[in-house]
Amino acid sequence: MVAASQHPNIQLMTYSEVTDVSGYIGNFDVTIKQKPRYVDHVKCTGCGTCTEKCPTKVPSEYDLGIGKRKCIYIDFPQAVPSKPVIDAENCRYLKTGKCGICKKICPTGAVDFEQKEEFITEKVGAIVMATGFDLFNWEEAYGEYGYGRFKNVITGLHFERMSNASGQTGGKIIRPSDGKEPKSVVFIKCVGSRDEAKGKEYCSRACCMYTAKHAHQVLDKIEGSSAYIFYMDVRTPGKAYDEFYRRTVEEGAQYIRGRVSKIYESGDKLIVMGTDTLLGKPVTVEADLVVLATAMVPSEGSDIIAQMVGCPTDKDGFYQEAHPKLRPVETMTGGLFLAGACQGPRDIPDTVSQASGAAVKVVALLNNDQMATDPMITQIDEKMCSGCLVCKEVCPYKAISEKTITERIAGQPVERVVANVNTGLCQGCGNCTVACRSGAANLKGFTNQQVLAEVDTLCR
Amino acid sequence: MRYAYFPGCSYHGTGKEYESSTHAVAKKIGMELVTIPDWSCCGATASHGKSHLLNIALPARSLAIAEGMGIGEVTTGCAACYQQLAHANIRMTESEEIRDKVNKITGKEYKGTLKVKSLVEAIGIVDPETIKPLIVKPLTGLKVAAYYGCLLVRPPEITGFDDPENPVFMDNMMKLAGAEALDWAHKTECCGASLGVSNLNIAVRMINKILKAAVESGADCMVVACPFCHLNMDYHQKSVNKQLGTTYDMPVFYFTELLGLAMGISPDDLGLKTHFTDTQKVLNQVG
Repeated sequence: MVAASQHPNIQLMTYSEVTDVSGYIGNFDVTIKQKPRYVDHVKCTGCGTCTEKCPTKVPSEYDLGIGKRKCIYIDFPQAVPSKPVIDAENCRYLKTGKCGICKKICPTGAVDFEQKEEFITEKVGAIVMATGFDLFNWEEAYGEYGYGRFKNVITGLHFERMSNASGQTGGKIIRPSDGKEPKSVVFIKCVGSRDEAKGKEYCSRACCMYTAKHAHQVLDKIEGSSAYIFYMDVRTPGKAYDEFYRRTVEEGAQYIRGRVSKIYESGDKLIVMGTDTLLGKPVTVEADLVVLATAMVPSEGSDIIAQMVGCPTDKDGFYQEAHPKLRPVETMTGGLFLAGACQGPRDIPDTVSQASGAAVKVVALLNNDQMATDPMITQIDEKMCSGCLVCKEVCPYKAISEKTITERIAGQPVERVVANVNTGLCQGCGNCTVACRSGAANLKGFTNQQVLAEVDTLCR
Repeated sequence: MRYAYFPGCSYHGTGKEYESSTHAVAKKIGMELVTIPDWSCCGATASHGKSHLLNIALPARSLAIAEGMGIGEVTTGCAACYQQLAHANIRMTESEEIRDKVNKITGKEYKGTLKVKSLVEAIGIVDPETIKPLIVKPLTGLKVAAYYGCLLVRPPEITGFDDPENPVFMDNMMKLAGAEALDWAHKTECCGASLGVSNLNIAVRMINKILKAAVESGADCMVVACPFCHLNMDYHQKSVNKQLGTTYDMPVFYFTELLGLAMGISPDDLGLKTHFTDTQKVLNQVG
C-alpha cells in the first residue's frame, strides 16, 4: 500500500466511493465521491495528538468490536495514508457543536469541521474490480451454536484480531467474556460453507489453512492448552500447505472428523457436542473458547457496484469471470477485470497472483493504439429500426445507445431515433437480435436469414 | 377462536392433567375446542417406521372428519399428534397423487383445506392483552425452565411456528403468567420418548441430562407441552434417582397447568394433585 501510494503514476483515493460509471473500454467516465474526512490531509502530519485527546470512544470496526477506537482515528496501524478521519456519526462537535478539542490542539490547524463531500470525475481506460469479501452471517443461521448469544463463540476473524500483535489485546488470546486465557479451544470448520441447508454450497477454500494456523497459535502461545478442530475434510492443496497442516497435527491439535450439533453454556465453560464420524461415536468437549471458520460471501454492496459497472455476477453474487479456465481475470464486459475474493473465495497467494494477472492484462490493453474485437457482433439495420430501444434494455454489456439520424422522407429531412451499437462493448451474445421486433438487429455471421437458411437446409 | 380438537390417546391416561388443564384454560380465554367426532390414533412414532402411506393415512382420517366440521383449524396438545397431523396435512396438500391414494385408503375425502396448529401455538398467538387481565394470581418469583422436546418445533418445514433451536413460545407464556422463564441449554434435547417404556436404562440417562441442566439453571420447576415429555420427566424422575443415585425433586407441569394456576383455577381442577413428583412446593411458593 505504501509503495502504491508513493508511485508517481498511481493516484490513491482513500475514504472515497465510486458512485457512477459510464462509458466503455478505453473510455470510462467514473464519478467518485470523496467523503468528508474533516481533516485536511495536506496540512496533517499524522502526529496523532488529536486521537490521543479525543474524549469519545466507540467500538472499533476494524477490531470487530473487541476494542475501542477514538472518534478521530486511523482505521488500523498500517492504513495509508497514516492520517486520521473524523467519524461524523459519533463526533461530539459535529453532533452537538460542543467539544472541538482536536481542532484546538492540532498543531497544524488541519481539522476542518466545514469539509463537505466532493465529487470527482476521472477518465479511465480500464477498471479492476477488487471489492473483497465479507463473512457469512452465522448468527442468523446457526441456532445450534447459540445465534451469537454466547460471548465466547467467535469467528476466525475475531481470533485473527486477537492474535495480531498490533491488535487491541496485543497478540494475547483471551476469552471475550472475562478476558481470561482459554485453555481449551474448539475450532469448527465449514460454518456456512458446504452447507446447502443453512449456508452456501461452495467451499470457502482459505479456512482449512487459517484454522490450522489458529490451532498452531493456540498451542504455541498458551501453555498447557488444547485445540480441537471439528472438520468435514481437510483441504490443503498448495505449496507447503499440507506440511503446515501436518505440523499442527504433530504439535498436538486434535482433528475430529464430524460436525458440531450443539453448543451450550455451563458455568463459564462452553459444552460442545459433536460427533466423531471416524469412531462413529458422539463426542463432547468442554471448551473455553469456540472459533468458527465462517464462509466467505461477496462483500456488502458489491451487487450495487456490479450493477453500476455492468459486471455479471454468479449464483452466489460473486463477480463472474469471462471463462473459468482461460480468462479467469477478465469479465465479459470489455475493459473490466477482476482481482481477489470478489470473484470467489480465495487465499492471499491466489489473490496476489490474480491481481498481478489483472494488472498485466490492463497494461497490455492500454499499450495498444488499436483494439482487436470479435467481429461477430450485432449490427443494426437503421432502415428497419423503429427506435423502440427494447434492445438497449436487454443488452447486458450496455453496448447499445440511441442515435439520432436524419432521413429524407418525401424530399423533406426528418430526424428520428435509432439504436446504435458500440463495437467495442458488444460481445455478440445475441440478446438484442431476439428482442428486436422489426428484425433490424442481426448478429454478423449469424443473421436471421443465415440461421433460417441453415434450418431450411437441415429440414430439406 | 374455534378449533377442531384432537385429544389423542394419552389424554385418557398419562396426560389426564393436560386434558383437564387445557379445557380449563381454553374456557377462561374464550377458546372453543370442539372434539373431532370418532377421531382415531394418529400413528405416533410407530407408523412411519412401518409404512409412509400408513403414516399419512392414520392422521388423514381424522383430518377428513375435521374438515367436515367446517371449522378450518385443528389443534392438539400432544406434540406427537401435532407432528403427525401437521405432517400428513402438508403431504396431502402438496401432492395430489398422495391425496388421492390416501383418500382411497381412508375411504374419506380430505381436500386439504385445514390448518393444523399445536396447542402451544394456538394459545401462544392469542393477543397478550386478552390474557393479561385473566392473570389474577401471577406466578411471581417462580423460575421456570420451559422444555420443548423434539417434535414440537422440529423439523421447521413441518412446524414452522417457533425457532427450532431456541424456541420461545412457552417462555413468553410463562412470562405473561408472571413467572421468570430461564434461558437454559436443554430446551430441545430428546427426552428418550418411548424408550421410557421400552428401554428404561437408556432413557434414564437422557432424562438425567435434561433434569441436570434444569437444576443447574436454577429452575424451581419445568414446564412441558407433551404427554411423553411429562411422563419421562415426571414419572421417571424417581427411576433416574434410583438408577443413577441422583436426588432430583423437580416438579414438572404442563404449560396449561401453570397458566391455569395464574388464572386462579383451583389446583384440583387442573389435575395438579395427580403428578408423580410432588407439586406442593411450587404451590406453596406461588400461594
